[in-house]
Amino acid sequence: MIKQLKSLLKPWPIIAAILLITSFVVAIQRYTYGLGAVTNLTDQSAWGLWIAIDILGGVGLAAGGFVMATMVYVFRLKKFKPIVRMSILTAFLGYMIFVAGLLIEVGKPWNMWHCIIYWNIHSPLFEVAWCVMLYSTVLFLEFSQVIFEKFGWTKLQNIFHKVSVPLIIIGALLSTLHQSTLGTLFTVMPSRMYPLWYSPILPILFFFSCIAAGLAMVIFESSLSKRFLQHETPQHLLLSVSRGLVLFLGIFAVIRFADLSTRGALGLLFANAYETPFFWIEIFLFIFIPIALLLNKRIRSTPRGLFIASLCVVLGFLMHRVNVVTTAFARVNGGYFPSWQEFLISISFITAGFIIVGLIARNFPVFEKVEPAAEGEEEEGYVKIGWSV
Amino acid sequence: MTQKGLLLDVTTCIGCGKCVLACKQKNHLPSEGLNDDKLSYRNFTVLQKKDGQFVRKLCMHCEHPSCVAVCLVGALTKLESGAVVYDADKCMGCRYCIVACPFEVPTFEWNEWNPSVRKCNLCYDLIEKGLPTACSQACPTGATITGNREDLIAIAEARIRKNAEKYQSKIFGLFEAGGTSVLYLSAVSLDKLGFSKDIPKTATPEIPWRILQQVPNVLLLGAVFLGGSYWLFKRREEVAKIEAEMKDSAGGDSHD
Repeated sequence: MIKQLKSLLKPWPIIAAILLITSFVVAIQRYTYGLGAVTNLTDQSAWGLWIAIDILGGVGLAAGGFVMATMVYVFRLKKFKPIVRMSILTAFLGYMIFVAGLLIEVGKPWNMWHCIIYWNIHSPLFEVAWCVMLYSTVLFLEFSQVIFEKFGWTKLQNIFHKVSVPLIIIGALLSTLHQSTLGTLFTVMPSRMYPLWYSPILPILFFFSCIAAGLAMVIFESSLSKRFLQHETPQHLLLSVSRGLVLFLGIFAVIRFADLSTRGALGLLFANAYETPFFWIEIFLFIFIPIALLLNKRIRSTPRGLFIASLCVVLGFLMHRVNVVTTAFARVNGGYFPSWQEFLISISFITAGFIIVGLIARNFPVFEKVEPAAEGEEEEGYVKIGWSV
Repeated sequence: MTQKGLLLDVTTCIGCGKCVLACKQKNHLPSEGLNDDKLSYRNFTVLQKKDGQFVRKLCMHCEHPSCVAVCLVGALTKLESGAVVYDADKCMGCRYCIVACPFEVPTFEWNEWNPSVRKCNLCYDLIEKGLPTACSQACPTGATITGNREDLIAIAEARIRKNAEKYQSKIFGLFEAGGTSVLYLSAVSLDKLGFSKDIPKTATPEIPWRILQQVPNVLLLGAVFLGGSYWLFKRREEVAKIEAEMKDSAGGDSHD
């Protein structure tokens, strides 16, 4: 069985290599002839897939890092300790994808550092830039304990131990700010966006959706590490995470529909319009399907059920961001649809992210040992639920 | 310095295109695309034929410009003269200004390795000297005139009063997006001439600014909430630990 799987996996390195090499060529083209040479972006649709997936998506999916760290270190839910490092690692890489995405997305990347010296506090993007810079540093510091542990630098480990809680609180505050402010970015264009997505409370929607997406990412990556890194996260932990996931999906759903109804946009839900199917794909993937799956005891108690539910949330979340950036502008953007190069670059960034996570996970102690004596508790008998493949 | 502006009278425009040409010369724009009907890197102003009338598009130079508010490095600024101008040396090319503009004005050099945002600068160098903009100078019919914004409003109101049956009673740009330095007079409503009818009557940068002002509150409340939670749960842990120890030590002698 495992052998079969392994032989199946062999084409992956080849596919990854082809993706990355083609992307490199596309990148050279982009830096030589401009964004127009490789993207379908126009003056009417100046932001596209890269902003939606690499920037908004990457940052949102990285929310698992601050959520899990806050759970363990602030709310003292120590049972999640075995997964906190992996969440912080993927969060850090999420932000690295964000920065890499900016380097190719932004027109003059060599001027990006200007946000340090030229300030405009009225710009939501200014706040995002600063929070991301600071939070990436915090994430790196949070992850540094893994490096200290690997090389046995006990003194540094002790220092880390002393500052870990304030560090994690600062990280959570910075995350709250920039995750929501990514939504604030879009509040400035009420007349340009379709009412199914424009809302003055976009920051609140962005915040709650990123927590759901971050939790889904924790389950998603744990499922992947079982398959690719031969590391098994106890099922009961993932089940607990999924409980939080349902909670936040529910909160998001309530706010989303309450907002639509307050703004009188409910009439558009079944309107015969280009935007309608995009809305429902988002709502079904992000809210209805995963909540239905996770409320079903038989489905959520299988690893595969949890995996599929978390995958739906991740895809639904990305759909929401894509809708905010592109579908909401369909009436003014002159029918923008991403070019194959835009898809290629986005997929390559995700691929590179997975490869780097894999490399680090194989070489650094990112999976803490579950201490059965201290952590086993009543769930001990609950852990071994058959893997149904 | 008093705020300058332009008054565009759609009814007197004959569509000769001299303004487009003058603009190209003044701003050293590529000579191609003289008849384009979309603003782009090569046209800071264009003539559009809508409903049998010519209507000219250019930057509205808002009183409270979205582009200026959203630019994180402050590459766009509103000058005292009213002109909204752009500094390519500061810009990082994020294109938030292009996305945020309610009038869809700023454009981008999509096919340059070192691209800039391009848009009308209201000939800020000329108007600061009290001269009319290049497009006003070129206009043979007076369909575009430069002046102090206050004076232009008075002129517009006078024209409406004099020709009430000819003009729409409202001056476009007086309140649109919180007011603009470029004003339009027209016989038909401007949303029939290619302007969005959803353009808000208030300054849109106020919406994100109201939210951003909550940042200190979020920080403070968040810090208190997270710090307090930490203290509470940590305390509970300690109490549990002490209780467990007490139970252990009390385990030997069993009074209590």
